[in-house]
Amino acid sequence: MILAPKAAPAGGAFAAVLAAIFCLAATTARAEDTYRVQEIAPGVFAHQGRYEIFTPRNAGDTSNAGFIIGRDAVAVIDTGGSARVGAALLKAIRARTQLPIKYVINTHMHPDHVFGNAAFEDESPVFVGHRKLPRALANRATRYLAINEELLGKEAFAGTRIIPPTLLADDKLELDLGGRTIVLEAHKTAHTDNDLTVLDKQTGTLFLGDLLFAKHVPALDGSIRGWLALLDQLKDRKDVARVVPGHGPAAMAWPAAMTAEQRYLGTIADEVRAMIKEGRTLSEAMKSAGLSEKDAWLLFKEYHARNVSAAFAELEWE
Amino acid sequence: MQATHGLASLLFSVATALAMAFVAAPVRADDDPWPDIRRDVFDNRDIIENDGTITLDAPYRAEDAAIVPLTMRIPASIAPQVRSLTLIIDKNPAPVAATFHFGAAAGSGERMLSTRVRIDMYSNVRAVIETADGRLHMATKFVKASGGCSAPAAKDADEALASLGKMQIRTFDAAAAADRTPTAREAQVMIRHPNFTGMQMDQVSREYTPAKFVQELEVKRGGELVFRMEGGISISENPNFRFTFAPGSDDTLEVMAKDTDGRVFTATSAGKAS
Repeated sequence: MILAPKAAPAGGAFAAVLAAIFCLAATTARAEDTYRVQEIAPGVFAHQGRYEIFTPRNAGDTSNAGFIIGRDAVAVIDTGGSARVGAALLKAIRARTQLPIKYVINTHMHPDHVFGNAAFEDESPVFVGHRKLPRALANRATRYLAINEELLGKEAFAGTRIIPPTLLADDKLELDLGGRTIVLEAHKTAHTDNDLTVLDKQTGTLFLGDLLFAKHVPALDGSIRGWLALLDQLKDRKDVARVVPGHGPAAMAWPAAMTAEQRYLGTIADEVRAMIKEGRTLSEAMKSAGLSEKDAWLLFKEYHARNVSAAFAELEWE
Repeated sequence: MQATHGLASLLFSVATALAMAFVAAPVRADDDPWPDIRRDVFDNRDIIENDGTITLDAPYRAEDAAIVPLTMRIPASIAPQVRSLTLIIDKNPAPVAATFHFGAAAGSGERMLSTRVRIDMYSNVRAVIETADGRLHMATKFVKASGGCSAPAAKDADEALASLGKMQIRTFDAAAAADRTPTAREAQVMIRHPNFTGMQMDQVSREYTPAKFVQELEVKRGGELVFRMEGGISISENPNFRFTFAPGSDDTLEVMAKDTDGRVFTATSAGKAS
């Protein structure tokens, strides 16, 4: 960073100012210097985000991201939760290849997956997403930016903008990286109404975005019925050797990776349905449904009651 | 009634000019809007607080600021004298969330009314009842929530538009309700409607979607009024009301809802929509 420790100042207010600047620089360095990617299959890399909500300290590095290197070009899948995290991902890519970044793909609308897009603008990639992603982002842009700037703080948030996709996947979309084809699939409403998966055909690596949570409790912002139905479909995919969850380890075996999430969502759906049938209320459900899952997940307190609320508001219309 | 008229006009004028008002004159977090609301809505009349005539259940911290469940209860000793209940969220852009006017079929037993609201920032939430003698009684709860009014109206935008106006009515025959003296029954009315607040961004125009919401809801049992509601943008998407009513010779509930576009939705608990 700008200041090295040896540039220690002479004293007084000047020292305090410099120390403050150095602290900022150190915080900044932390987010970037701890940014690691793993090669989870030949030419396929993934970064594991932290199991945390946004804080100035993590700079929005709370979700997984990855990239695939073909013969002629690179595709990036998700960009992290700030321009700063996006820049760290770009640096990790450039440490491995100088090929052009042809595509930046977002798996869904959530800030921790799209806020790093701005870091890639100078590479002039095509931004790609679900056909419903532009609408979802536009509807939420103002609020997403305001809330997350507050959570991350001005420093970590600096440079962050929302860049919507221009290439849209209606159903299936194949992209060629030169001798390497990746298949994008736009799904029906599940985690959100704009979930997109990316399959590297050559290695059978499937980037699931937030259709898959591991360790980090799932967050429901779409349809619990749709999500459970989609997991059922994906479970039997024979072309998938490993998956990258949106939150969880960088790579996991399929379909074993989805067992916990399927149980979690299934438990909520079953218990909420039973409560609706008994004539119980939303408040009652939020206090009692799905609590058997409490010790199985990180960040349960932050997301669980809200998940129950969303499930109840959906399932009471069945 | 003068008070009703003033209240309704406050509700609509605020809602109409909402997006602009919100941008132009944000309420500072340390301003207490209650004195102004009390003057505008209740003409500075005396309000008796926390005397047990009305209780309000609200979560201290909202899990989802766009769907905050609220439950109001009025004991049987006072319920027959209660003419109306006004629900106020001090710091929402349109503070009057709804006013419920009760009719003969609201019953004389313990009265319960439950709904879901949007809460835009940390705010007091108030339930104010007016009794036949003209007195006002109030229960207040503080709720920590933010962004409830600008949150997009639907998790699945296409589904929401496709099912607009659909209604569902349930009646509950819980043993506990049948044992009450006098007997009461419980019912729930749900209406598919985005209840646009005017603070939500439209994807195509990049403008705020105009406020569009269920402004009137009337529930009758066998032709007699249970309640009539005047509602605003603070009522959550897919307005949802659960309430007690007095059983009668005909327990069929008839519901009429009208939104700000003048669309009228009707349904009965007998299952036939008209």
